[in-house]
Amino acid sequence: MRREVWITGIGLVTSLGEGAEAHWAALSAPGTRPVLDETSFAPFPVHPLPALDLDRQIPKKGDQRQMEPWQRLGTYAAGLAIDDAQARDLVADMHLVVAAGGGERDVAVDEAIAAELANAPPEVAGPRLNERLAADLRPTLFLAQLSNLLAGNISIVHGVTGSSRTFMGEEQAAADAVRIAHLRLAEGRGEIALVGGAYVAQRWDMLLLYAAGGALWHGPWAPISARAARGGGFVGGGMAAFLVLETAEHARARGAKGLARLAGVATDVAHRREGGGSAAVARALWDRLAPRGGAGRLGVVSGAIGVEPALAEERAFLAGLAAGALVRTPGTLLGHGVEASFPAHLALGALALARGGFYPPLDPGLDTPEAGGRVDRVLVTGFGQWRGEALALLEPAA
Amino acid sequence: MNGIPTKDRHGRPLVAVTGIGIVTSLGWGVEANWAALTAGRSGIRRITRFPTDHLKTTIAGLVHLPDEPPGGECIPSPVRVERMAVAVIAEALANARIGDTGRFPGPLFVGMPPVEMEWPQRFALARGANDGAPGYRGLVAAVEGRQDIYETVLFGGVAEHLAARFGTRGAPISLTTACATGASAIQLGVEAIQRGEAEAAIAVGADGSVQPEALIRFSLLSALSTRNEEPEKAARPFDRTRDGFVMAEGAAALVLESLESARARGAPVLGLVLGCGERADSFHRTRSNPDGKAIIGAIRNALADAGLEPGDIDYVNAHGTGTPENDKMEHLGMRAVFGDRPPPISSNKSMIGHTLSAAGAVEAAFSLLTLRDQLLPPTINHREPDPAIPLDVVPNEARRARVRHVLSNSFGFGGQNVCLVLGEPPG
Repeated sequence: MRREVWITGIGLVTSLGEGAEAHWAALSAPGTRPVLDETSFAPFPVHPLPALDLDRQIPKKGDQRQMEPWQRLGTYAAGLAIDDAQARDLVADMHLVVAAGGGERDVAVDEAIAAELANAPPEVAGPRLNERLAADLRPTLFLAQLSNLLAGNISIVHGVTGSSRTFMGEEQAAADAVRIAHLRLAEGRGEIALVGGAYVAQRWDMLLLYAAGGALWHGPWAPISARAARGGGFVGGGMAAFLVLETAEHARARGAKGLARLAGVATDVAHRREGGGSAAVARALWDRLAPRGGAGRLGVVSGAIGVEPALAEERAFLAGLAAGALVRTPGTLLGHGVEASFPAHLALGALALARGGFYPPLDPGLDTPEAGGRVDRVLVTGFGQWRGEALALLEPAA
Repeated sequence: MNGIPTKDRHGRPLVAVTGIGIVTSLGWGVEANWAALTAGRSGIRRITRFPTDHLKTTIAGLVHLPDEPPGGECIPSPVRVERMAVAVIAEALANARIGDTGRFPGPLFVGMPPVEMEWPQRFALARGANDGAPGYRGLVAAVEGRQDIYETVLFGGVAEHLAARFGTRGAPISLTTACATGASAIQLGVEAIQRGEAEAAIAVGADGSVQPEALIRFSLLSALSTRNEEPEKAARPFDRTRDGFVMAEGAAALVLESLESARARGAPVLGLVLGCGERADSFHRTRSNPDGKAIIGAIRNALADAGLEPGDIDYVNAHGTGTPENDKMEHLGMRAVFGDRPPPISSNKSMIGHTLSAAGAVEAAFSLLTLRDQLLPPTINHREPDPAIPLDVVPNEARRARVRHVLSNSFGFGGQNVCLVLGEPPG
């Protein structure tokens, strides 16, 4: 059994705003500028999140208090997706796959403890660390930190209880979350699923992680196309993206509109293991997704983030695609949302197909110069900062 | 082949387990663990890895790495997770005799805890920071280019290292569903084989989180036993005097393989994974809905997936954490599904503690050994039965029994519940 799967709902929050409409409006118009904060986390620029009216999606203040910004953001965007799909009455049997990073640490506590104990002799530091942590950590903060509790909060706040899985592993986790959710629906394990992730860029604890890998772009913001000359790097982008996936049959039966058909998702991890080779792997994935190359005009929503050598590998792969493919790089305007990026880019692809248009060049240094127009299929790419290749193919929902 | 079906009633390939590997506080390796577990021994001890001053709980089920010096707190959790995972995968592969060295013919699913930079690393970085004020800005500057730290604390790091080492196919998936994590990893592997993505898969659950901050976090949720004076008697699932779970480390790996492939290559089949069921709860972050609907739903979904009736289950490997709440809810679920005559149920956690992200995998591995040896491991420390939980918990001593099908329960914080049904090898 292999059933057709549609995207029937999008919940999207980025520095450019919230909701599908706002993103289509901002990104389909030429000349949109990125929203940036270049000072708060200098030397690292970030794309900040817009102010959210949390009460709209997380009505109980008690629930809001149990979370920190990352879980709130994801729970909020998940609610937007459920609303967009008009699927509020379907949540009990809705399956959930979340791609998660870590929740917020208490930065003030961390800094105070480090200030007191970093240079203390071990026989003092050990016992004192216990004493301080026991006194200073808030019990609710542990739950806000737990990766699986973004999914837990989506279940609690929105009532999504069909099943709940949380994948971990940066960009790759998000692509595999979509892949697995898609496969499970296609093979008859449920009718409707919610999949996505969230990333808060305005966090020192996240910068600490990604700085270790040399993955962050330093200094004033620059478009992705201009970063290779200085070694590359990503600019963090506050972002949350959830998609409602649904079997076409189920959507038709309830009169729900399909934004796009998710034809397939394919992933691999050659990049780190083979030390390069991503381009060849991506070509193999593409052959799997579109064995005959497919017909009509191809739009590409590139997941480029600006980290090398992933960017060069992706460019090599894209160069071998069918002539006439329209490549767009939203990461230049939105930044990198790690676990949120792949679903966000899928959302942008689905939106374009639903609206019957495409985006203008978003990063003129990388994107096909030709103006928007209509595309017949959309390829979404994702090349991870450290490892991993992911492709997804979207087609119009018939 | 020999008239034995290789498809289930849904037409999917039957999934066999052809290799297992286990490490817990009871020891390294399948046989050492099983011997200790069926002898009713406890692996819970006083924590000596780091100072325990000011801690409410000072006991745990610790796994000491083979070359670990005493007081080895500087080994970060993700490194412990990876080292244990390597050991159990290697053991499982040796049992299964599958693939060439470093070339496993299928995907990898790794159930593990979220990981992050820990205090010894933070302190070391702060000492190296230039600004003299060990704030995050200074730490970030000091950490730049530390690929070693990056690969240790990236969520995808452990699984990627394991995938490279064992040569598994495709992108490895790391996952967390709290205390159901190990069972979710198995479920993902089973599904991959059922959908024909591969003939074999490795599912591993591993946890090595006994460090001060993690212990304190669980302590602050009032989840842990504080019976520090007698560590071996602290974990008391289903007992009237139970007061919480005991944190523990461990890992288990299963080599999952289509029965057809296992039989074709004459591999030993330890048992079958007949069904997986899941259901999420929407009630509370750390408690189940008092109606037990999610737990009951997960058990029923697993039975339906296996095509079995409640009466077909001969034994239940409990989630059985020993918190007042869990054991009460698990009993409620047992009654709802099995009625007046529930099968015997016992908790491995009475001996090995709660291995958290590993628990679902470790306990599935013990369930397979239960089937192999037709021997129910006990619930130890059972002295005062809880009158509210009238179940046969196989108190204190292992027991011979006819076991065809085992239900293994895993219920997680955040409402993530997964149940597995395991069965004897066919024929």
